[in-house]
Amino acid sequence: MMRRRTLLAASLAAPAAIALGRPATAAELFPSLSVFVPAGPGGGWDGLGRAMEQASRAAGLVGTFQFENVGGAGGTVGLPRFVSQKRGRADALFIGGAVMVGAVLANRAPVGLKDVTPLARMTTEPGIIVVPASSEFRDIAGLMAAYRANPGAVATCGGSAGGIDHITLGLMLKTVGRSARDASYVAFAGGGPAQAALLGAQVKAGISGVSEFSEQVKAGRLRALATTGDTRSLDGVPTLKESGIDVVIGNWRGVFGAPGINPAQRAALVDYLTTLHASPQWQDIMTTRGWDDAFLKDEAFADFLRKDETDTLAVLREVGLVT
Amino acid sequence: MDSFNNLMGGFAHALSFANLGWAILGCFLGTAIGVLPGIGPALTIALLLPITYQVSATGAFILFCGVFYGAMYGGSTTSILLNTPGESGSIITSLEGAKMAKSGRAGPALATAAIGSFFAGTIGTLGITFLGPVIVEYALRLGPAEYFCLMVLCFVTVSAVLGGSALRGLTSLAFGLMLGLVGIDLQSGQPRLTFGVTEVLDGVNVVLVAVGLFAVGETLYLAWRHVVGEQVIQPVGSIMLSKADWKRSFWPWMRGAGLGFPFGVLPAGGTEMPTMLSYYAERKLVKPEFAHEFGTTGAIEGVAGPEAANNAAAAGVLVPMLTLGLPTSATAAIMLSAFQSYGIQPGPMLFVQQADLVWTLIASLFIANVMLVVLNLPLVGLWVQILKVPTPQLYAGILVFATIGTYGISNSVTDLVLLYGIGIIAMFMRRFDFPTAPVVIGMILGPMAEQAMRQALVISQGDWTTFLTRPASATLLAIAVLALVGPRIWGLVRR
Repeated sequence: MMRRRTLLAASLAAPAAIALGRPATAAELFPSLSVFVPAGPGGGWDGLGRAMEQASRAAGLVGTFQFENVGGAGGTVGLPRFVSQKRGRADALFIGGAVMVGAVLANRAPVGLKDVTPLARMTTEPGIIVVPASSEFRDIAGLMAAYRANPGAVATCGGSAGGIDHITLGLMLKTVGRSARDASYVAFAGGGPAQAALLGAQVKAGISGVSEFSEQVKAGRLRALATTGDTRSLDGVPTLKESGIDVVIGNWRGVFGAPGINPAQRAALVDYLTTLHASPQWQDIMTTRGWDDAFLKDEAFADFLRKDETDTLAVLREVGLVT
Repeated sequence: MDSFNNLMGGFAHALSFANLGWAILGCFLGTAIGVLPGIGPALTIALLLPITYQVSATGAFILFCGVFYGAMYGGSTTSILLNTPGESGSIITSLEGAKMAKSGRAGPALATAAIGSFFAGTIGTLGITFLGPVIVEYALRLGPAEYFCLMVLCFVTVSAVLGGSALRGLTSLAFGLMLGLVGIDLQSGQPRLTFGVTEVLDGVNVVLVAVGLFAVGETLYLAWRHVVGEQVIQPVGSIMLSKADWKRSFWPWMRGAGLGFPFGVLPAGGTEMPTMLSYYAERKLVKPEFAHEFGTTGAIEGVAGPEAANNAAAAGVLVPMLTLGLPTSATAAIMLSAFQSYGIQPGPMLFVQQADLVWTLIASLFIANVMLVVLNLPLVGLWVQILKVPTPQLYAGILVFATIGTYGISNSVTDLVLLYGIGIIAMFMRRFDFPTAPVVIGMILGPMAEQAMRQALVISQGDWTTFLTRPASATLLAIAVLALVGPRIWGLVRR
């Protein structure tokens, strides 16, 4: 039944692909791929992996997928296992992202993202800075002025210490000449408790991914002051950059290959991801899930990764998480 | 009456043939995974997520809710029969439940758990329907300071399980608190007591510790002290609840449900705290003629109350998810991600924009509850047969079961080493009369209390009076002090 559906999809896709001059979509690029997710099922990385499976099979790009989930500590538990088990395997993929960059540094993990082969960045989710609906802060300038005056007095909540929300705060404080060390940062485990603290006005401000807070913002229970992307993510909410605060940061998610694969094998995997990214099935999924496209492949991705590591390290040093 | 009409509309949708099928499947799956230690509802629903590509949203959520409620029913079975809790909410159930099973009252213990779960689940679901949106607004007014005081109140419950020697009990508690510290500290991002082992960076799993302490510890102890030739097959006794059992169970069910539901609604409440408080309350409120059963032959009140609290809390957890889109437990978080894969953004508008889906879901919770009690009561007779297995084989089976379940948590060998390490410690604790329950209580409450206290202090910029100047927090502290010293003062006055 499944096979027939795959064939059907492939035959439908074929003429369209030829018309677009991309015959690769018609043929299966890999008979099977194994995807290693360094987080439990149901999270963001797992979601990316499963969405890739869904789109690839619908587009007839890959025959079968195997998933392995090894969660824990921002991916630093799964990473060494992938590196030792899959070395040289041309059909192994590893899902990772911004969270892992920080976790590797903060946990002083012996194995890092330098030990896997960067293939492509797929999606990103910008951050959002919100305040309770009853807050005295009407706009981002007001909040920044309060940070400049006394960062300790503005209790700000987000995810775990040293995570992407904390780093965003650190970068924002830097622009007003303050350090993350002076801030009152309240770490909550997971988006639920952080949202509850904001809705109950227990804290003055909060930072998280746009999707965590966007529904509360639309319902008028939280006020969005700014988002952290390159362009606007919500109507009527400015970015930090256009508000004169030079911070652009996002929770990106990407795909890596096994260590020790040769350039041809790497190119094949990059080609697969490029084709997948261009497929209508993938674009559909991104729209349904509300993900932002952040496709960047090969060396450009590797360059981005190096810059991200440098930036993260600088903030973690400032906070005192890394010496 | 608006809620009532909507609910009836929900029933009309949920009672379709396909949806009932999903509910039955979910209840079966949930009961099965609840029985296995380690594999909880969160993991199961996560593994079922790919079905969201094929199945309608309503069908998928009915399945998920069946799994969620079913796991709460199933979790008590192994706690009672094998002293092996399947999830953290049923750890307290095993305290009295396992003792009842040993003294030939496994049937009534399982029955009171199943019927109590039904009552509490129904009360909790009624709560979702009519009270949820109101309660959640109040719950949001509680901040970290109040949560800390709530946990201080829960620490009083330790006194109920300390056993004969307070010093030994407190030593066990300290061991639990220490285990709770292992892993990356949320507020500072620094690893604590991990000794370079990456697998424990996220902390030690509390179910693993409970299984190690109760099941593995007991098995090793029996193997050590076992006398050849002295084979006792445990008596099974009556299966159903006697009239006296009904009478003794009824108020604990009601009190458990009353405690459990509001805790579930609290964004940082969870299912563990109300089970502890319910156990403490039942132990204090028990009729004097049954008081001696606690901790010796097993008191039915100590099973009925915590089980009801666990199920009512599980229903309460759905309130912040459905009314505000707040995922306050691992299971709720996974369900939210399932909403997202349908392109539904769960949030405060969910009740308005997806009214059909939400009310069908609530109706199916009622249906699942009925199905589960119908499914579980006949199973009681079947489950108790397990106890007819001779002791050596039974405990060998428990060991296999505990090992598989623990490996299932994270596919990690480190976890198995921890399980047996803790089992050996528990064996010696048992030999030298140290109670094991305070270890689990310390491990659950310690880290929660620590984080809440530090969050409260960051918010107040280091001002300790925040715990006394906030009215709700001061009230909770006062209740805690009263619960701790009140009975002693009362005892002195009466003398």
